[in-house]
Amino acid sequence: MTEDAIRTQVHGFIRKNFLFDDATHVGDDQSLLGSGVVDSTGILELISFLEETCKVKFDDSELVADNFDSVNRISAFVIKKIAQSKA
Amino acid sequence: MCGIAGIVNVSDRHAPPSAELLTSMVSAIRYRGPDEYGLYRDMRAGLVHARLSLIDLATGQQPLANEDGTLWIVFNGEIFNYVELRQELVTLGHRFRTHSDTEVIVHAYEEWGNGCFQKFNGQWALALWDSNAHRLVLSRDRIGVRPLYVREHGGRVWFASEVKAIFADPSVPREIDPGGLDQTFTYWTSLAPASLFRGIEELRPGSVRVYASDGSMEETVFWRPSYPVSSEEYPLTIDEATEALSEKLELATRLRMLRADVPVGSYLSGGLDSSLTAWMGRKAKEGIFQTYSIRFEDAEFDETEFQRAMAATIDSSHQELVVKRSDIARVFPDVIRHTECPVLRTAPAPLYLLSKLVRDSGIKAVLTGEGADEMLAGYDIFRESEIRQFWSRQPGSTMRPALFNRLYPYLARSPQQAKGMALEFWKQGLDRAGMPGFSHDPRWRTTAQVKRFFAPALQAEIAARPPEDVLDDLPAEFGKWDSLAQAQYLEVVTLLSGYLISSQGDRMLMAHSVEGRFPFLDADVMEFCNGLPASYKLAGLNEKYILKRVAAGHIPDAIIRRQKQPYRAPDAISFVEAGAPSYVAELLSEGALRDAGIFDPGAARGLYMKCVARANGAGGNGVFSNADNMSLVGLLSTQLLHHHFIRGNGDSPAASIEYTTLIDRVPLQQLSGTA
Repeated sequence: MTEDAIRTQVHGFIRKNFLFDDATHVGDDQSLLGSGVVDSTGILELISFLEETCKVKFDDSELVADNFDSVNRISAFVIKKIAQSKA
Repeated sequence: MCGIAGIVNVSDRHAPPSAELLTSMVSAIRYRGPDEYGLYRDMRAGLVHARLSLIDLATGQQPLANEDGTLWIVFNGEIFNYVELRQELVTLGHRFRTHSDTEVIVHAYEEWGNGCFQKFNGQWALALWDSNAHRLVLSRDRIGVRPLYVREHGGRVWFASEVKAIFADPSVPREIDPGGLDQTFTYWTSLAPASLFRGIEELRPGSVRVYASDGSMEETVFWRPSYPVSSEEYPLTIDEATEALSEKLELATRLRMLRADVPVGSYLSGGLDSSLTAWMGRKAKEGIFQTYSIRFEDAEFDETEFQRAMAATIDSSHQELVVKRSDIARVFPDVIRHTECPVLRTAPAPLYLLSKLVRDSGIKAVLTGEGADEMLAGYDIFRESEIRQFWSRQPGSTMRPALFNRLYPYLARSPQQAKGMALEFWKQGLDRAGMPGFSHDPRWRTTAQVKRFFAPALQAEIAARPPEDVLDDLPAEFGKWDSLAQAQYLEVVTLLSGYLISSQGDRMLMAHSVEGRFPFLDADVMEFCNGLPASYKLAGLNEKYILKRVAAGHIPDAIIRRQKQPYRAPDAISFVEAGAPSYVAELLSEGALRDAGIFDPGAARGLYMKCVARANGAGGNGVFSNADNMSLVGLLSTQLLHHHFIRGNGDSPAASIEYTTLIDRVPLQQLSGTA
């Protein structure tokens, strides 16, 4: 899975699950919590989606806003996790 | 406690208001006062009244006039200090025919003019018609406990306790007001004078509006919450202040227990405020004391243990109502017919059911603890705001935000994820510390997310209007108050006035002809509380500090010490679980959404389908995010509002009304061709 593919997946999930429309554009670096696109329970929905789709498992200590607060942060972090799991 | 309505021609080119139309108006809100009906009419004005008899059962009928029959009133509410005012007026030479508080208002207005309202300690919405001067006076109490709506068009004024009485006139256009809707999805309420309906105004709390015979209108706001400027020294020690508050609260409770010619009961939520109110109510009057509580089948929301402990302490005759999700879904359309505005939580629904229990048990008035959290800083929003304020001075600190663990103990125990995300949420806008609205920014920002669902055309219409922001209309001295007082002010003028005592208060109570009485909203109690220094209300992070001191020794320690639990009910889940009523799917269908034109059908359908899926096991454990909960309840209630009021499906058929008071001064030869 490439970083681009993860970005696309995440954008799709956000659109379908939080925005419910095609018109609103979420920037790759936009803060998801800060801009109100996703609330703190919503982030958990996003995390379980990533665990299922990308076949990764996050430790509790990794579940901080730094890793999940934008599409770019998420894709970079997931790529890192995938690499770790293969190592 | 009653319902009022009327039509007044401020210009003389109209025919007298028709008696049939006035009857339709009062019929639309007859549940507010099912005991007696009254009508007054002359060539310019028609006033109607539905009475819930609580004081002076024998002679308190309305409309009522002064001695020479020139000044007429319809009045909803109570003036609790009417006995004292009556004595004062008698000394000044006024003669009284009844023992009602209504007559006191008429004479007080004759004596003091618009200045009379400052003297009233009570909860009111009223209309005075001076048939000589052709002047209409409308007024509401300080906080807006009693509702009043106005429409002015083409030299004619309509007014009523509820919008549906104005809509009883088929000539009145029915449209949702985009500005009122926009405000509701930020503040949880429209901001008076805006309302949810175009062309209809809500009279501001604490105001007097006068329509003169030349058609001019003048409005005066005689009261807004006010707090000391930060530098003022407070004269009382905490012990002295505790004693003073205790006395004032007991007096306020006694007035509300004894100034009624019927028994008064009390709600018991399980929290500090209603427990103390009930204890004081019990103390004020001998005999059986009825208390009422809501229990929830969902353990998450239930407070039974504390309610029963308090009922046992005061030995009340206690009744409980167990509320299920299916009850909430079942009554929700009726709830919205009464709120007349969208809501973001289902919390009013159980209170709608509870007032029915009260009424069925023969009680017409109840005390509640409403207002304590606003007057004495009980809500989390005040504590959150103080922590965010403190944090903002060292935004890099990790110790400062750790204070949130004290506010929300579950955070300390919860996995890193919830904590990290929650902090990220509270961190937003930290750089705006010290600016008006800092305290409420997280709530308003969260609520405003629901506007994503607005249809593009509605969004464009809202964007084209000048914004009507609560922060644009602040008292001049707002910036000189301490941060807690600023937060309290915003809480009072938005959530308390517009939602808690209306959608969740008056409207749910009056739906079943029950009057709410609120000792914490007594004029003297409010002035006293607002004058307290911040540290007496919020001592560190200890909320309602002074009130806990007042309550100590009277109510069980377990209630005083317990972590404050916000009153909540099951939200979105009620409407999407298996067996949910069919109106939900109908009103959230593509066709109904398109017909109302308020929400983007694709987005609204997406939300609904997601919630249905989550409720039924797919994609999660049935837990709904705050955003989804608020959005689904907000959308559904707005669709119901449209269905009931714009499409007219909520209109109740006019009942035949028998007037016990009927004063018709329109000469018979004028009757042909009246409109």
